Amino acid sequence: MTGRITTDVRTAAARAWRGVRWYLREFSGEARWDEYLRHCAEHGHEPMSRREFERHRADAQERNPGARCC
Amino acid sequence: MSTTASRSDAGGAPPARTGRRRPSVRTVVVWTAVAVVGATAWTVLALARGETVSALWMLFAALCSYAIAYRFYARFIARRVLQVDDRRATPAERLHNGIDFDVTDRRVLFGHHFAAIAGAGPLVGPVLAAQMGYLPGTTWIIVGVIFAGAVQDMTVLFFSMRRNGKSLGQMVREEIGIVGGIAALIAVFAIMIIILAVLALIVVNALAESPWGVFSIALTIPIALFMGVYLRVLRPGRVLEATAIGVVLLLLAVVGGGWIDGTGLAEALTLSKEWLVLALVLYGFVASVLPVWLLLTPRDYLSTFMKIGVIVLLAIGLLIARPVLQADAVTEFAREGTGPVFAGSLFPFVFITIACGALSGFHALISSGTTPKMVAKESQVRLIGYGGMLMESFVAISALIAAVVIDQGLYFAMNAPAGATGGTPETAAAYVSGLGFPTTAQDLAAASAAVQEPSLVSRTGGAPTLAVGIANILSDAFGAGMAAFWYHFAIMFEALFILTAVDAGTRVGRFMLQDTIGNVWRRFGDLSWRPGNIMASAAVVGLWGYILYVGVTDPLGGVNQLFPLFGIANQLLAAIALTLVTVLLIKHGKVKYAWVTAVPLAWDLTTTMTASFQKVFSSDPAVGYFAQRARYAEAQDAGELLAPAQTPEQMDRIVYNSTLNGILQAAFALLVVVVVVNAVVVIARALQARGPVPTTEERAVPSDIVEPSGLFATAEEKRAMAEHERLVGAGARSHGTFTEEGPPR
Repeated sequence: MTGRITTDVRTAAARAWRGVRWYLREFSGEARWDEYLRHCAEHGHEPMSRREFERHRADAQERNPGARCC
Repeated sequence: MSTTASRSDAGGAPPARTGRRRPSVRTVVVWTAVAVVGATAWTVLALARGETVSALWMLFAALCSYAIAYRFYARFIARRVLQVDDRRATPAERLHNGIDFDVTDRRVLFGHHFAAIAGAGPLVGPVLAAQMGYLPGTTWIIVGVIFAGAVQDMTVLFFSMRRNGKSLGQMVREEIGIVGGIAALIAVFAIMIIILAVLALIVVNALAESPWGVFSIALTIPIALFMGVYLRVLRPGRVLEATAIGVVLLLLAVVGGGWIDGTGLAEALTLSKEWLVLALVLYGFVASVLPVWLLLTPRDYLSTFMKIGVIVLLAIGLLIARPVLQADAVTEFAREGTGPVFAGSLFPFVFITIACGALSGFHALISSGTTPKMVAKESQVRLIGYGGMLMESFVAISALIAAVVIDQGLYFAMNAPAGATGGTPETAAAYVSGLGFPTTAQDLAAASAAVQEPSLVSRTGGAPTLAVGIANILSDAFGAGMAAFWYHFAIMFEALFILTAVDAGTRVGRFMLQDTIGNVWRRFGDLSWRPGNIMASAAVVGLWGYILYVGVTDPLGGVNQLFPLFGIANQLLAAIALTLVTVLLIKHGKVKYAWVTAVPLAWDLTTTMTASFQKVFSSDPAVGYFAQRARYAEAQDAGELLAPAQTPEQMDRIVYNSTLNGILQAAFALLVVVVVVNAVVVIARALQARGPVPTTEERAVPSDIVEPSGLFATAEEKRAMAEHERLVGAGARSHGTFTEEGPPR
């Protein structure tokens, strides 16, 4: 009985952790790289290096910085 | 075309909304309970006179009202007024390019949108408005957000989304007319300059004569640079890692500021306001021409995570500390209009002092442009637009609480301009006690010693007051002895995101300028042309830097003089946005629902035009800029000095500043009148047509995405998603936002 509860708690905690980690990676844009790799794999492209990829992303931000409100 | 023209059937679309379902008993019980708690909280706040009232009633009144508004009013707007249609593909889906058009998970986009709209505004306005008591501010923040602010954000987001994410200015030009469009463009640019100047003024006031504050803020620059290099060169793309390092360094910088006291460094960092203006202007210029990856992007990561962290911390702190309200419900300043923080009576000045948090026109710039290009499903505008603004309103309520739970003698000593308090604890105590808030020089000195600041007298601008409030709440909640740390932590966090706003705002202003002038001088519009960048940056920085300097050197107090201009400017921008959405509702043939945006528009026009009128034409020199000018000019002609001026130069300055502020004020109001008049013509024409008239709305294209609308997926939505998954298979995932590692929905 207690064993079952511990497992439930553990599963719930693991799920919560996965959720937080997923959110932070999506929110910060880190997950973009994984998506890109998956996209390349699906279409059989050779992916560029991470450094190059992040530079492309920075260039896009350069053109569109986005306003920040008061 | 009208919104109802195309009803194509897309495969796997969520079940159509058919009829009205009978609510379950559980739903009825829960919502009745929310309504009862909310009504109780409002009653306590409204009827309390002289009893001790817990600040938590303010929190409950807010949260229950938000919940009801989101559940019922926002849903009504989405379904009946806007008629969101999840069978239509959003621009993110149709024009997906992985750069600006990108299908984004609703919860992630909610975070991005909130981070973009919420800054120092909702923290500062409520603090200043606290001089009228806690009730006017609380009421306007909550009622305002529900019926005006959140409605504006959500409807602008929706209409921009239906137009591929067009900007506010573009939509005004295409849907209202060229005259209105040009007026709106000038207004947006001018308002942006004022906003940047006032935000910078708040930083200057918070950092002047405060070596600890200057030390920790100055260190944010090398920290951001380090993060920039880390993300570019050392470990590209590891944002969370770099941010974690940045946050730790930032906390060390705040702690470290406490150690420099009494050293030579402290003396070197004790800067006057004039020096800080120079430093900020130089910083703003350099930041605007540097590549974004080096300074802007890393600073943005830092300020976003700090912003969310502090808001959560403050909410927890409030629940633990359960502070008691020190301010009266309504002070005499609300009736008389003679308050020292800003002049003018409750109507209209509470409604323009609290802009962000209740109704903020600046949000319309973010709700059109960036966010609409990333929305996955149309129905999500309710969560992102309306919900995001409710969240900002919650921040404003927290800030108001922080200001009304501190000793009110201290509050007025901190927020009255130096010309009134005399600048020393003794004179300030005498002045504030005379206002009816008894305090002593010892109490004021003890308050500044507790947070290790040389003085708290006349630290106007709201940020230091908020920092004192936050320090009190957090040291009550998490143990005494840390007040000085929390104070400087709060100052650092406010300055951090004001600087982020200044960086980003200067750059956006520069782009606007380059884009506009690029129409006549092609070369100037090329964003990669270096001399153009430098000239445009210098122009933008020069404009806000000049107004900042005017504010800082104003003998009457810059915040006292400029904050009303800032609030009115922001609300006038809201008037432009609400005018646009009202025109669009009518053009789409939804006259019977036009009240949803027309009522807040009418209210906003009433308050801003009354405020503008008073600021321009009032014969009371404390309120009217030109009356003020006349009074000081007369005294000058007679060869007299009028307090607070102490030299003939200061007399000159007051005369000059009042004239400048008055002209700016009148110009803003006129620009908005031009837009509104142009809109009335368009509305009249649309009404004559009796039915939908052509607009620039994009044609409906069936959507292939199935996603929940709200924060949490309903059972029905989960079924629809599973069904869609089964039909389309793995192909649906290639849009690249919904990964297998995604959290349980």
